[in-house]
Amino acid sequence: MGNLTDRYKDNVLFTTSENIMNWSRKSSLWPETFGIACCAIEMIAAGCARYDLDRFGVVFRASPRQSDVMIIAGTVTKKMAPIIRRLYDQMPEPRYVIAMGTCAISGGVYNTYSVVQGSDLFVPVDVNVAGCPPRPDALLHGIVLLQEKITKSRKQRKTDSLPQSPSMKEEV
Amino acid sequence: MPGQFPLEKIIDNFSGQVSTDPTVTDMPCVVVPPAVLVALCLFLRDDDAFKFNFMADICGVDFYPSLPRYQLVYHLYSIDLGWRLRIKCPLDDPPKAPTITHIWTTANWHEREAFDMFGIVFEGHPDLRRIYMWQEFEGWPMRRNYPLRGYKDKYNPFGEEKASSQKHTIGDIL
Repeated sequence: MGNLTDRYKDNVLFTTSENIMNWSRKSSLWPETFGIACCAIEMIAAGCARYDLDRFGVVFRASPRQSDVMIIAGTVTKKMAPIIRRLYDQMPEPRYVIAMGTCAISGGVYNTYSVVQGSDLFVPVDVNVAGCPPRPDALLHGIVLLQEKITKSRKQRKTDSLPQSPSMKEEV
Repeated sequence: MPGQFPLEKIIDNFSGQVSTDPTVTDMPCVVVPPAVLVALCLFLRDDDAFKFNFMADICGVDFYPSLPRYQLVYHLYSIDLGWRLRIKCPLDDPPKAPTITHIWTTANWHEREAFDMFGIVFEGHPDLRRIYMWQEFEGWPMRRNYPLRGYKDKYNPFGEEKASSQKHTIGDIL
């Protein structure tokens, strides 16, 4: 409303570089457009008019090159895991990962020969959203949690060397 | 839909080689050895009394440890006459069966699925590759002696330890 009523016109605002960078990062979290299983239906519902992820600055992008956050929405099979790892590697820094649903968190009920037992085995996960599937409210909560995490971060650039992406194919 | 299903016509046409399964009550069912399977399928597709022009499904079954260990179950449907038929085909170990892709082309992916999950080799199949699992996968996961939780690796810490003698690849069975 301040912008509409010209309240901030001709003002100078002071802040720290960390705060302004964190604010810009958390205010435009663009997720990748991909869903693996039934959790994707809830993710789509969260993006539509009733729950409306857009009001958090969360706009789905069709390319990992333009994305900031990856929502792993569904069961990750061992056949799918190298592809998700490649999508993660294609995202520019800073990048974040939300594991949505019990399957993405721990494999869930699929404790079988073909399912990866948790997304953190092949990508670093920032937020786990529990549920089977989580309601859209829960995904909104997860995104707000991620925004809080970004707000509190004090390191703006990675100083350590980039980790080598593991060669999945040999070990699976 | 005309009257009673002419099951006797199948039995008479393949005298002694095809039998009925009395345990099945939901639809007509015949049991056939793999050597007669192709002739039976051609007969059922082309005979005017049946016209089975739609092959609905192929399932693999593993009866381990009883013998014969494997079985293929075919489900046919006649769009013209509205009849359904189940064909059971017991297989030995290692399991081999003739392909029916030249009779119903839709059998291609069904047979690849049975090969992928049970290691049933379909002789004459034009493209017998795995369809669900990746090509480097070892083992036949729907066999009853395959561990439910699979074998242990980096992405499946709850699996069973794999003994080196248990390793078998696609190359071994082909």
